[in-house]
Amino acid sequence: MVNPPAKIAVENLRVSYGHREVLHGLSFTVAPNEIFAIIGPAQSGKTTLLRCLNRTLEFTPHARLSGIVRVDGEALAHVADVHALRRKVGMVAPLPVGLPMTIYDNVAFAPRCAGVRDRAELDARVERCLRQAALWDEVKDRLHTLGTRLSGGQQQRLTIARALSHDPEILCLDEFSIAIDPVTTMRIEEVLRELRRRMTIVLVTNLVQQARRLADRTMFLWNGELVELDRTEVIFGDQPRDRRTYEYTRGFFG
Amino acid sequence: MNPPPFSLSPLGRRRQRQERLAQGVLAGMVLALVLPLLALVGYLLVKGAPLLSWSFLTTNPTQGMRAGGIWPALLGTIYLVVMALIVATPVGVLCAIYLNEYARETWLTRLIHLAVVNLAGVPSIVHALFGLGAFVLFAGLGRSILAASLTLAIMTLPVIITSTREALAAVPMAFREACWNVGASRWQTIRHVVLPNAVSGILTGVILQVSRTAGETAPIMFTGAVFYKKIAAGDLFAYSLRDQCMALSMHLYTVTTQVTNAPEALPYAIAVVLLVAVLAVNALAIALRVRLRTRKKW
Repeated sequence: MVNPPAKIAVENLRVSYGHREVLHGLSFTVAPNEIFAIIGPAQSGKTTLLRCLNRTLEFTPHARLSGIVRVDGEALAHVADVHALRRKVGMVAPLPVGLPMTIYDNVAFAPRCAGVRDRAELDARVERCLRQAALWDEVKDRLHTLGTRLSGGQQQRLTIARALSHDPEILCLDEFSIAIDPVTTMRIEEVLRELRRRMTIVLVTNLVQQARRLADRTMFLWNGELVELDRTEVIFGDQPRDRRTYEYTRGFFG
Repeated sequence: MNPPPFSLSPLGRRRQRQERLAQGVLAGMVLALVLPLLALVGYLLVKGAPLLSWSFLTTNPTQGMRAGGIWPALLGTIYLVVMALIVATPVGVLCAIYLNEYARETWLTRLIHLAVVNLAGVPSIVHALFGLGAFVLFAGLGRSILAASLTLAIMTLPVIITSTREALAAVPMAFREACWNVGASRWQTIRHVVLPNAVSGILTGVILQVSRTAGETAPIMFTGAVFYKKIAAGDLFAYSLRDQCMALSMHLYTVTTQVTNAPEALPYAIAVVLLVAVLAVNALAIALRVRLRTRKKW
């Protein structure tokens, strides 16, 4: 079997904020159309890792990065159009952020920034993304009301719709289920299984069971170190290679 | 036997007394603030009432400023304030956008920030000397509305920068991050998300500077204001920018200290006009704020 070229390849990635190093040399690859879960306790560098993938780490003062991150073989440090990169790597933040504009404009914002002006195309895109985020039926009659008036769970799905609106090839979700109820979480997980046919999904999650349900492979990060990366069955099985993985996934970890 | 439920224990009674005391003292402070203000305004109105009329606003002073109206001073103040804000607003707002949204935090930007804050605290007489040196003499503008309003602009600039920065900083960081995450550039983010949500705060900050600018005497005294100048009564375009002008604040000073035998009501009437004009502008600021707030979206 020939392995397909990696969608994301990370080599010896180190990140420090000021003098505090938070990622200590990670190396891993993510295959195309894979659902790749990252688990680990708080402060283990999961969010920082995601922020390296779309280069929003640069907005943090004093953040320094070394090592190479490649998307489709291209080193991110040399990407000329960083905005195009961010459209290719969609990002869903942990807390829902409805931008203070209408629901329609929330979803049409990214395509508009990318220069899409055609009304019919925007309409189609907004509908498609809202459907994909399992929000369309609830908001189709009030697309022109404020996105910030939606409930928390709806705003989170709006955030996901916005991340889909620029047709990303990679979708990063950072603990997306923090603010939403279990039923909606299940619906979105269903959506993710559907989406993987068209994109690669990187899922950071605190709910280890969510990783277990969804991911092909799971990476366990602890204090900025890659403890273990393997197929999800192995990580959650009886004999992961590292004892800490076993303890964390069983909830013995404090 | 148990005490009846919900009756006050000794501790509860003490807490209740403290609560009443705190409320009383705080309300008293508010009264202490509001009453003198009302008394002041009332006193000015009563004293100035005999002279207040439409023609007082729209005619030239006569008999060595002992009679007639205040039209040149009123129009002069309007010219100075409007010109000063036309200059200071765009510069100040754009400056604040750069400092808040683009500039990285380095020793240089911290120094600039410190300079701006300190500049806001410089006494206006110092600004007046700067204006005299820079605009009147060095730039060769002479004593004129232009020089005076530029001096006022320099004086208001740091305050506008500070208030605009505060308005921008009040827009949650999460909005900006959400925009960056979907590939919006910094400018697109500012244009579509940050500015629409900061505009009410920015405008309020600018409009509040109107009252400050209108009240200043020192900066314009050296740079363009005169004791007396006769202009076409009721003509809105009676001044040109290179003219010297009268101003309400200066006029008030003149009739109280330099003119003998001026009617007692005159300074009070001038003060009322200045006060009402300032209050009207502030009311506009509040109305604008309320209007934009109802559109505020989070």
